[in-house]
Amino acid sequence: MNRHKIETVVHGIFLVMGLVTIACVLMITVYLIIAGIPAIREIGLIDFLFGTEWASTASDPKYGILPFILTSIYGTAGAMVIGVPVGFMTAVFTAKIAPFKVRTIIEEAVSLLAGIPSVVYGLVGMLVLVPGIRELFDIPDGASLLAAIIVLAIMTLPSIISVSLTALEAVPKEYEEASLALGATEVETYFKVSVPAAKSGIAAAVVLGVGRAIGEAMAVMMVSGNAPNMPDSIFQSVRFLTTAVASEMSYSSGLQREALFSIALVLFLFIMMINAALNFLMKHDKEN
Amino acid sequence: MAADEKKTIESGGSEKGAGMIKKPLSVQRKAYINIMTALMWFCSVITCGLVVFILAYVLIKGIPNITWNFVSTAPSYMTGNIGILPDILNTVYIVLASLVIVLPLGVGAAVYLTEYATNKRLAGIIEYAAETLSGIPSIIYGLVGMLFFCQFLGLQTSLLAGALTLVIMNLPTIMRTAQESLKTVPQSYREGAFGLGAGKWRVIRTVVLPNCIDGIITGCILATGRILGESAALLFTAGFAHAVNDVIKGLQSAGATLTVALYVYAKEQGEFEVAFGIAAILVALTLILNVAARLVGVYFKKKRA
Repeated sequence: MNRHKIETVVHGIFLVMGLVTIACVLMITVYLIIAGIPAIREIGLIDFLFGTEWASTASDPKYGILPFILTSIYGTAGAMVIGVPVGFMTAVFTAKIAPFKVRTIIEEAVSLLAGIPSVVYGLVGMLVLVPGIRELFDIPDGASLLAAIIVLAIMTLPSIISVSLTALEAVPKEYEEASLALGATEVETYFKVSVPAAKSGIAAAVVLGVGRAIGEAMAVMMVSGNAPNMPDSIFQSVRFLTTAVASEMSYSSGLQREALFSIALVLFLFIMMINAALNFLMKHDKEN
Repeated sequence: MAADEKKTIESGGSEKGAGMIKKPLSVQRKAYINIMTALMWFCSVITCGLVVFILAYVLIKGIPNITWNFVSTAPSYMTGNIGILPDILNTVYIVLASLVIVLPLGVGAAVYLTEYATNKRLAGIIEYAAETLSGIPSIIYGLVGMLFFCQFLGLQTSLLAGALTLVIMNLPTIMRTAQESLKTVPQSYREGAFGLGAGKWRVIRTVVLPNCIDGIITGCILATGRILGESAALLFTAGFAHAVNDVIKGLQSAGATLTVALYVYAKEQGEFEVAFGIAAILVALTLILNVAARLVGVYFKKKRA
């Protein structure tokens, strides 16, 4: 009887520990909604989402976050344009062609790339990329959307590479053998048989990269210039959704502060959509 | 004789087939293969080159700035001295505090999922929640941590509030590694223990958990790496003070970790030498943690075999 009681209690404790994750997700969602709604109500959803001007500290404050939304989308898209081909090619090479030693080196490099703190990327970007862009394109300040895109591309590489690598590894050997037996060369087999077979896993890798890129704050803050401009050109100083929250939080108050929470809510909604897509792709991959 | 015969047949066969195999590839196919191979090499070299460049650049620029005075003193506006001792201590405190809390929680959740959960739906929801947590950007953790821990629970801007925020962030990491490791414990171990009359809790305590210690250690290393590198979530929860405190007082007061200090020195104060000194330390720690994770993997693999 006593032993039975202990078992029940222990079961209960583990159950509670399991439920903590759910509680955390609920807490984050509820807090963001509660904190984010008031400002949207006051400013008006349309004015908030599609207003093109952000002047939170002006005497007649404007709270339009379209520049941040567009910057986040352009920045992420740009990072993917650079990061996906490089990551994808590296993954195919590592999974299929690289000899064991080279493979170990690449894997180690990728895990290091994932482990480097984002502020270190920001610091290197500030001192290498920003001056480099300034001199190369002869513009007054190199802190720009382009610099942010390059930093994000590098930072998303590890997620893209490691997830596509896992997907490519899981392709059944028979597919490749069949293709080779039919006279295709190895490289042709990898790109025309293995890659299509791993496509949902590779898509998941891209989506994961998108999530990483859209959520990155510190590195981007250090290289993007941080002025709330519309992203008309890649040489413009811009502000992302994440950096909009981070850069004004410490001195904000009143409606300005509430508006920052609303930006976080918008960012959160973006991330939830990306998560749903990722989950769908992962499930799809498992079923295949 | 039979072998000889076979050989002739084989060679004859391959000679016949040779016409087909050796038919030169068309120009397009050749070009495709060459271009793809070149691209793959190029991209892999870029990836590795980037890592080497970043590591070398940071270490070369940073190491000369690391002196004994730099790592053993606190910064002072009076003397203009710059030291990062408080930041190092804050980092240690926050890593320890986060791990102490997240470890039992994460392992407990993993144990529930692999050993107890009979309700598939509930298990599915828990796993989905963990996945969601690992996708949420750190800046959002920072905001919610500020609202919940600092304001609602009244912890103010303090290392403890920062550590609690990091607990939520690292929960999925610990959970996943522990879960994977729990799955590798053979079912027969559990059955053997049950057969000897042990209760479920006793089996978990004496058989299951000791056998998944490697997953727990790997999870700890991964989580330590994430905590060391985290900055956005700590900016508004742990703040950026530079005072030397003991553990208890340290956790109650605001303080910058190494990453936050790097950000403040580089972005707000333009002290790039200090920033590179810190960056070099962080990069060196990243290297050490990577090697440690690898060694743990190798050690336990050998022990199992």
